[in-house]
Amino acid sequence: MDFDWLFFFEVTLAGLGNAALLALTGLAFVLIYKATRVVNLAIGEMLMVGAYLFFSFTAGLGLPTYVAIPAALVGGGFLGAVLERTIIRPMLGENAISVFMVTIGIGSVLMGLAEIIWGAAPTALPDFMGGGAVFIFDAYVSRKVVIGFTVSCAVIAAFLLVFRFWRGGIALRATATDQAAAYSCGINVPAVFSLAWVFAGMAAAGAGVLVGAVGGISPAMGVFGLSALVVVIVGGLDSISGALIGAILVGLIEAWAGTFLGGEYKMLATFSLLMLVLLVRPYGLFGTVEIERL
Amino acid sequence: MRIGTLKETYAADEALFDTATQRAWLVVLAVALVALPFVANEYFLYLACLVGIHIISTTGLNILTGFTGLVSLGQAAFMGVGAYTVAVLEGRLGTPALLNLLLAGIMTALVGAVVGLPSLRVKGLYLAMATIAASFILHFVFANWSSVTNGVSGINVAPASVLGLTLSRPFALYWLILPLMAVMVLAAANLFRTRIGRAFIAIRDRDISAEVLGIPLLRYKLMSFALSSFYAGVAGGLWAYFFRVVTPESFPFVYSIFFLAAVIVGGMGTILGGILGAIFMTMVPEVLKLMVGVLSPILPDAVAILSPVRTIVFGALIIGFLIFEPHGLAEIWRRTRRFFHLWPFKT
Repeated sequence: MDFDWLFFFEVTLAGLGNAALLALTGLAFVLIYKATRVVNLAIGEMLMVGAYLFFSFTAGLGLPTYVAIPAALVGGGFLGAVLERTIIRPMLGENAISVFMVTIGIGSVLMGLAEIIWGAAPTALPDFMGGGAVFIFDAYVSRKVVIGFTVSCAVIAAFLLVFRFWRGGIALRATATDQAAAYSCGINVPAVFSLAWVFAGMAAAGAGVLVGAVGGISPAMGVFGLSALVVVIVGGLDSISGALIGAILVGLIEAWAGTFLGGEYKMLATFSLLMLVLLVRPYGLFGTVEIERL
Repeated sequence: MRIGTLKETYAADEALFDTATQRAWLVVLAVALVALPFVANEYFLYLACLVGIHIISTTGLNILTGFTGLVSLGQAAFMGVGAYTVAVLEGRLGTPALLNLLLAGIMTALVGAVVGLPSLRVKGLYLAMATIAASFILHFVFANWSSVTNGVSGINVAPASVLGLTLSRPFALYWLILPLMAVMVLAAANLFRTRIGRAFIAIRDRDISAEVLGIPLLRYKLMSFALSSFYAGVAGGLWAYFFRVVTPESFPFVYSIFFLAAVIVGGMGTILGGILGAIFMTMVPEVLKLMVGVLSPILPDAVAILSPVRTIVFGALIIGFLIFEPHGLAEIWRRTRRFFHLWPFKT
């Protein structure tokens, strides 16, 4: 049996499409971690809420897509702000493990709420991207995947530019580097914390709309967040470029393992990758190595 | 009112239960536990057995997370290893139940030590992720190593038999679970009066200074992982005898979160906390079920929202305890005790 290169190429492209979504979610994750040192395990659930908000705005209220998407993003940002203000802020200064457990709790609450409000059954988002296929050198790619990929790339690029040049972005990076120093330079650190959560909520909501458009939505779609978590751990918790490279690695490996070995190997492959990276580089591929002194 | 606790010997000072009042209440508790199966109905005995299994597993996780400071989200998967060990031994070899449970503990301890291997290099959240990864890999093994685990359809387990007695009803199993639980909890409490337990606490407080003080970190961290997994393995073995069927879906990832939540809600790093947390977290869903039963004439779809409400309450409990009562139920218990000690005066 000779190897079907065209098929392999198609699978790879689909994997890249998924990688872009993972990168977007990972970006939301890194954003929160960098600014507030909180490992947010609820990121998958925030993504799910974003997708459901979009669903309510289009299918429920009948708003056109170009209104519903910004509305869902605003909703996601608002959710991030509320979570930060009510739950994460009181936990400031607690040890990392407690905060991490709190986010697990948040995820659980969001999932339960979504199930009550929207029902447990999986649904499809209204089709706003159009079906059909796009051919890249003979290779068939679903149109949704292409759109998802393009939008994610654009958003990630926009985020990177914002962090590089916008005042708020610079404040965020300063806070990430040294909180006390940033404070003494007149940066409003608590505001930066809120800002990070708002941006992360928006990014997660956007990723949720894209993920939902490709694969349908259900209260259980927060599991996607687990893959995103692997992405950022592989890349290093506090590195944006690490998240991008981690996303490509995980996306490709998931696609290849899922196609050539069978769907049940997907999780196995990603988590094996995680173990491998952790054993070789404990702080991820691009993470900052923490130096501990007595 | 108690003015002070007079200690005349070192032995008295180091005693696990140091006051006469405490010992008297413990006797009352023991009598109550022994009397329980004769007065309670089948449903309460079922709950009591389940609580017992959860207490063993939670105490194990508390050794690792509460006392050694290594967060693990793989406790349910470790229980799965124990359950499968028991199921396979019982089905293939027919070895006695107590031996099966012991072997399940040892087997799981070995697996746990392997999972703990990265613990020297990675810490905190990275380690938590590594245990998540390990638990998914174990789940994969359960589901796909069909020649041993029978794949997704799972294994049926014959009822446990000890000394010729077949323990199939909760009433009979209670007499297997209760003594095991008591022995294991007491062993855990005693552990922290020994050199090894002290070393665990030192590692939790600051692992680098522990190393400087001459504690070999890797050895003790692996020991902690192995011990904690041993508890999980025995609990898993009992679980297999209790539910009598083991499938890969029996030990989902949320079950691991459940145990970590029990440790947090109960109070990290206290033996009492593990017990209280396990009881509390096991009973909350039952209370919710009861409330739904009461509400269902008024609210027609009460049954339908039971499962999401359970998810919400589960999350809200974790959040609430971490924000408002970080030391958990054990701290509430201590406050209550102090109130009675100081009674006519305000605390």
